[in-house]
Amino acid sequence: MSNNVNIDVEYLTRVEGHGNIKVNATNGKIEQCEWQVIETPRFFESMVVDHSYKELQHITSRICGICSIGHTLASLRATEDALDVDISRQDELLRKLILHAENMQSHVLHVGYLALPDLMGTGSVLPLASSHPEELKTVIRLHRLSNEMSELIGGRTTHPQRLIPGGFSKIPTEEELIDLRERLKNSTNDLTACADVLEATADGFPDFERETEFISLTSDEDYAFYDGIIASTDTGTYPVEDYLDVTNEFVVEQSTAKFARNNRASYMVGALARLNNNYDQLAPMAKGVAERFGLKPVNHNPFMNNVAQLVEVVHNVRDSIKIINTLLDEGLEAQDDYYEPEIEVKPGRGIGAVEVPRGILFHDYTYDENGICTAANCVIPTNQNHANIQKDMEKMVPNAINTKPEDEIKLDLEMLVRAYDPCISCSAHHLDVEFVDD
Amino acid sequence: MKPESVKPKVAFFDFAGCEGDQLQVANMEEKILDLIEVVDVVNFREIMTERSDDYDIAFIEGSIASDHDAERLKGIRENASWVVALGSCAAIGGINSIRNAQPYDLVQDRVYGDDADKIEAWDVAKPIDAVVDVDGYVYGCPINQDEFVHVVESLLQGKDPNIPTYPVCVECKMNENVCVFARDPEKNAANIKQAVDNGSPAEAGPFCLGPVTRAGCDSQCVNEGTTCWGCRGLVPNPNENAHQEVLEKYGLSVDEVMNKFNLYFGWQQEELKNEQ
Repeated sequence: MSNNVNIDVEYLTRVEGHGNIKVNATNGKIEQCEWQVIETPRFFESMVVDHSYKELQHITSRICGICSIGHTLASLRATEDALDVDISRQDELLRKLILHAENMQSHVLHVGYLALPDLMGTGSVLPLASSHPEELKTVIRLHRLSNEMSELIGGRTTHPQRLIPGGFSKIPTEEELIDLRERLKNSTNDLTACADVLEATADGFPDFERETEFISLTSDEDYAFYDGIIASTDTGTYPVEDYLDVTNEFVVEQSTAKFARNNRASYMVGALARLNNNYDQLAPMAKGVAERFGLKPVNHNPFMNNVAQLVEVVHNVRDSIKIINTLLDEGLEAQDDYYEPEIEVKPGRGIGAVEVPRGILFHDYTYDENGICTAANCVIPTNQNHANIQKDMEKMVPNAINTKPEDEIKLDLEMLVRAYDPCISCSAHHLDVEFVDD
Repeated sequence: MKPESVKPKVAFFDFAGCEGDQLQVANMEEKILDLIEVVDVVNFREIMTERSDDYDIAFIEGSIASDHDAERLKGIRENASWVVALGSCAAIGGINSIRNAQPYDLVQDRVYGDDADKIEAWDVAKPIDAVVDVDGYVYGCPINQDEFVHVVESLLQGKDPNIPTYPVCVECKMNENVCVFARDPEKNAANIKQAVDNGSPAEAGPFCLGPVTRAGCDSQCVNEGTTCWGCRGLVPNPNENAHQEVLEKYGLSVDEVMNKFNLYFGWQQEELKNEQ
């Protein structure tokens, strides 16, 4: 029992960026229960204005180091949509491959380095180097594999260089892809070992559910990351062009980042949202992992996002092998050194929607007749999750103050926010551009 | 105050940035296990819950863009024996300084509209040495892991790190790349000049900041098929150290190259102007 509670977590650790958890209760009456976002704004939507379409993916990649590949791809897709540029099937497959690599990298980092310490009862991954060396080495091997995959396709693990409007400046060789496929196949034991570790500790997640809406991309073609239309577990599908009708961002006093809502007071994006919308399209091995945890759609436990991330890592590996098979079967078409696709510049607006590790991401650019950006808007996954985190806290706290001591409530709340894997520095450059003609 | 223990205590802090440089540290994979053999990580919010104000080396990622940031950074400076800038945003202002050239009321209006009054930020983004003394710099967007280790080792051994003061062109030529300005013969020379005069070099075919940008990256963006974007910042004294041969060949001046196509140099250019 904790009728008097004063929880003040300033700068929550093991998340990307700066956020606070504040809870105050006196004699069982809750006076404050807030998820606060306190990041210094960076003004990206202004920074890109007056810059050429050739520079935008380079600039907006810097919104987030962890999902720089996803930002680069959402940016390129918005630019290509605005300028009516088609890319080849080969380039599309290579882009899907590098998006898998980033999703793996980010999820392994989150589940293995950031979330697992809570389940192991440590403050960070560092003590695991001596207490659980084999488990930690397994996580490191998977993390390195995903990074090497990003480097192979994009030229670098973070802020990729080869991804440019219309395609790639350089592509991997068939030999490199064959070698990568071999390493992906050989990672099966490590994936199983990770699932074993998580399964053995998963009872450490608090028992919690709250019904909410889940939004992600969906596609007939595959478990959507790179391409698709918007899907909601509540209200069906929407074309990507209608994203502003879905995201409905609004300003709240407690946050320098905006919150979002669609059908209810809040919605959730990310691995669990994708799994809830697209479960049937998961690779069989990934479904097998989901079954071990009893995870099936529609699951309303936000802590299961950790499990959904692991399920997606398995899917990323399996689907990457499939993509490499297709590329090799069709034969890799070589391209010139320092390749730069011909692009005819024209005025227009374009929207790119891509699933990045933390959820659905939108970039929206307007270009003038010289290909210079005149307006931009980006809607970031973590922005879309802030309201859902707040609503989860509002449900969790009243129950907890009657049943748990303060330090347990504090840990539960920290674990709750971490389960969303928030990327706060991404989310805190508010995004408000008026598109009058919508 | 100098560290007394054999195992120095290190701390990581972030300000306005993408945390991509700390990610490069995390991406050292197995090598991190070696690193924590020789240093004690006592503060690294992105990966650990424990925090301590007792540290010898503070690594700072991100630019400084508000009073709150500046006060926090000064506090870190007081606690640390050495402060090291990690990555372009901290070392030179970096990509954040693009907005320094834009009128601040317009910047606020574009991003926040009617809510602009709720935002507390400076009208420019600054590197950390605009606010506190800095003992070491790891350049790049993102940083290079080997250079990071080299700077740390140098500091601990009391030596100056060996960071190039020559331009990227030097490394690029050693890598035998085709010069970016020579990739498309039809578009170049006259065309580059014209495009630079119009303030839109990207429209004239590939444009490269290699001649004025500090080397140390092994010209990796050119190797990967694109061009130098300038992420490591200007060479020291650009008028003396820029790559004159390339500039002369294409009829460009140092000022034209660094003023007309600029993603990372915003703060450095202001400083150069103030010195003149």
